[in-house]
Amino acid sequence: MTERAKRAATKGAGVGLLSVTPADSSAVAAGSLLTVEHLSVADVAGILAMTARLERMDAAERARVLLGRTVALLFYESSTRTRTSFELAAKSLGATTTLVSDKSSSIEKGESLKDTGLTLRALGAEAIILRHPSSGAAFLLARVTGLPVLNAGDGMHQHPSQALLDLRTILLRLGRDASTVDAKTLDGITVVITGDILHSRVARSNAMLLPRLGARVVLCGPPELLPESALGIGAGVEIERDFDRALRRADVVMMLRIQKERLAGFDLDLAEFIARYQLSAERLKTVSAKTIVMHPGPIIRGLEITGEVADGPQSAIEDQVSQGLAIRRALLVRALGGKA
Amino acid sequence: MSELLILGGRVVDPASGTDGPRDVLLRDGRVAAVELPGALADVAVAERIDAAGCVVAPGLIDIHVHLREPGQTHKETIATGTAAAAAGGFTTVVAMPNTTPVNDSVKSLRWMMDAARGPVVKLLAMPAATFGSLGSEITDFHELVKAGAVGFTDDGKPVLEDEVMRAALVAAAGLGVPVSQHAEDTRLTTGCSMNAGRVAFRLGLRGMPVEAEARIVERDLRLLREIEAADRVRPHLHVQHVSTSRALHAIQRAKAEGLHVTCEATPHHFTLTEEAIGDYDTNAKMNPPLRAEADRRAVVEALLDGTVDCIATDHAPHASWEKEVEFERAANGITGLETALGLALRVLHREHGMELARVISLMSTRPAEVIGLKERGNLRVGSHADVVVFDAAAEWKFAASESRSKSKNTPFDGAAMLGRVRATVCEGRVVYRA
Repeated sequence: MTERAKRAATKGAGVGLLSVTPADSSAVAAGSLLTVEHLSVADVAGILAMTARLERMDAAERARVLLGRTVALLFYESSTRTRTSFELAAKSLGATTTLVSDKSSSIEKGESLKDTGLTLRALGAEAIILRHPSSGAAFLLARVTGLPVLNAGDGMHQHPSQALLDLRTILLRLGRDASTVDAKTLDGITVVITGDILHSRVARSNAMLLPRLGARVVLCGPPELLPESALGIGAGVEIERDFDRALRRADVVMMLRIQKERLAGFDLDLAEFIARYQLSAERLKTVSAKTIVMHPGPIIRGLEITGEVADGPQSAIEDQVSQGLAIRRALLVRALGGKA
Repeated sequence: MSELLILGGRVVDPASGTDGPRDVLLRDGRVAAVELPGALADVAVAERIDAAGCVVAPGLIDIHVHLREPGQTHKETIATGTAAAAAGGFTTVVAMPNTTPVNDSVKSLRWMMDAARGPVVKLLAMPAATFGSLGSEITDFHELVKAGAVGFTDDGKPVLEDEVMRAALVAAAGLGVPVSQHAEDTRLTTGCSMNAGRVAFRLGLRGMPVEAEARIVERDLRLLREIEAADRVRPHLHVQHVSTSRALHAIQRAKAEGLHVTCEATPHHFTLTEEAIGDYDTNAKMNPPLRAEADRRAVVEALLDGTVDCIATDHAPHASWEKEVEFERAANGITGLETALGLALRVLHREHGMELARVISLMSTRPAEVIGLKERGNLRVGSHADVVVFDAAAEWKFAASESRSKSKNTPFDGAAMLGRVRATVCEGRVVYRA
C-alpha cells in the first residue's frame, strides 16, 4: 500500500467506506518511479548506491548492463535536460531508445495516452519514460500498460528523478558520501526553495524527499506562487515570505523559473517579484560563501536569477545536469531489473 | 384490475407518521389500503410480496439524475438508467437537461417523456432554464410546465448573470416550480479538477475553492430577497448537491429568514472526502468535487438538522474511456442510483443515528415536496402505488460489474452497503425484484 493509499484508508476509517482500489498503485509494475512518495529511505539509498556503482564502471562494461533492452521516451512537453539525459543514460547502458513526442506522432491526431502506451508496449518497449503536462499522467500510463514507468515530470505534480539528482548534487557539494543515505544524513541542513512553487513539480518532489533524509525545507515566494496549502506537501516543510531572512538560514538555495505556461490567467508584477525574490550577487553576498546555489533549469537569466550568480562559484547548476545522467542510469537499471 | 398485496412488512411512511407492521394493498396503480396485519387477509389478489423482516416505504425519488438520452446513449439510456433506478429502490427520477441536444423545448421534453423511451420507473424532467443552457435567454417556462416540467435548471452550467437568474426565478415562481441551481462560480474554477487545498497542492491539481459554491448560493439568496420585496412573488430556489459548510450556513440562515429555498446533498459528499482521489482515481472526480473532512461533516450535520431537504444522487454515467484518461481531462461525475440507499443507511442511519423514517423522508417524502408531487413520496390511500421494500439490516458489498447502469464509473465498487432492496413497485407494477 502506498503512503497516499494508507492516508486515504486511515482518513476514511471513520466511515469505513473509502474505496481506493481502482487507483491503487499496487497495480503498478515494480521499478516504476511515479512519485518520490513511493520511495522509502532504503530505496533512495539503493538508487544512490547503484548510481555510484554504475559511475565506477568503465564505459564498455556499462554498455552491457542493458544491452538489447528497449526503452521508450514519451514526451508531451518540451525538454532539453531530462530528455537528453534519459536518452544518453539509456544508450550508455546499451539499451535501444525510441522517442515519441506529442508533435509529429499520432498524439496530434487525438490518440489517447492509454492507446499510445499500449502501442509502445506492442512495439516492444520494456519501460516508458513519460513527460506530460497533466498531473498524475504517469499513474495512468503505469496502470494501463503494466510496464515500469519513470515519471520525467507530470504537470505540477512530480519530477522524482530531478529530486534524486538534486540530492546527489547536494551530497557531493557538501563533501558527503554520495553512495548512501539514511533518515539523518541531512540533519541540520536547510534547503530554501524560492520562486514559483505553486507550478513546480521540482519543488514538490524535493520538498517531499529531502525532509525524509533530515533536511529542513523552507519554501519562499509570494502568496500567488506559494499558497498556504503548500504545507500539504508534508512534514519538515515551512513557508517564509522574506527571501533575505530565508537566505540567511540556507545551506542550499534552489531557484525556480516562473512557469508562464502554467500561470493560467493571473498577472504577476515581475518588477516586484525580481525586487523581492531574485537571487542576485548583492543578495548572495550577504550570506555565507558556502551556500550552494541550484536551479533545475531552464533558467531565465535576469529574472529569478542573475547571470553572474548562475555562472558564479557557488552555482551547482551544471553539476545538477551531470548528476542527471548518473541518477537516470540507475533508475533505468532499476526499472528494467538489470544487474549492476 | 391489477392488484398487489405487500404482506408482513414494517411500513415506514413519514408523510403519515406511520411506522409499524402494516399490510399494503395496491390496486390499479394506486395505494388502495394500508392496514394492520390481518385486516387484508381475505383480499384475493393475483400477486403478493412477502415483506417479512423488511421495511415497506414510499418509493425513493431522485430529483437529480443524468440519463444521457438523447445524444449520449453510449453512457446511458432512459431504459438502462431507470433500470438502475429501480434496482436502487427509486420509483421516480428527474432527468437533467444536459443531453445532446439540450432539453430546452416542449418538443424535446415530450420526446424524452415518451413511453417509447422505455422508462422502467416514473420519469420526470427539469428542462433547461436558458436556451441551450447558454445562460442568456430563459426558455418558455409556461409551455414547458404545461408539458410536465417539474422545475428548471442549467445543471452543470450555472446561471451566472444576475438578470437572467432573476428572470428565471420570477417566471418559475408564477408557475409554482423551483429553479434548481448548480452553484459554482465558474469564473473561480477554470481549469480546476478537484477541491482546493492541501490535497490538491500535493497532487499538483488546480483546486476549486469553497467560495465558488458559496458565492453563487449567496447571490441567488440575495435575488430571492430582492424579488420577494419588489415583485410580490415568492420564488423557490433549489440548490443542487451542496458540498460546503459555507454554502450550507448561507442556506440555513436564509431558511431562518423565511426565504423559499431548498437544497439537496449527494451520498458521495456525505460519505467521501477528497482523499478518496488517492493516486488520481478519476472515479472520485465529480463537480462539485469531494471536499475536505470538515465540509463532509458539515453536510452530514445539515442532513441531521434539516438544513438539507433531500438526498439526490447526481447519477452521472460515463463510458470507461471517458474516465480512463488524465485526471484533469476525465469527465466529471459518478453513477449513484444503486448505491444511494445503501450509503444513506450505512452512514446516516447506522453511523450518525438518523431515524429510519428520516432517511426515507430525505429520499422520498421531501424530494416529492420539493418538486411539488402530492401523490408520490407517501403511502396515502389514493397516491400512486410507488413502493420500495428493503431489508434494512442487510449488509452487502456493491459490485459495479453487476450494475444495471450502462456505465460503471463509481468510487464505491466493493464498498460496504447497509440495506438491500428486495422489491421496487412503480405505479403498481413490480419493476425490480431480488
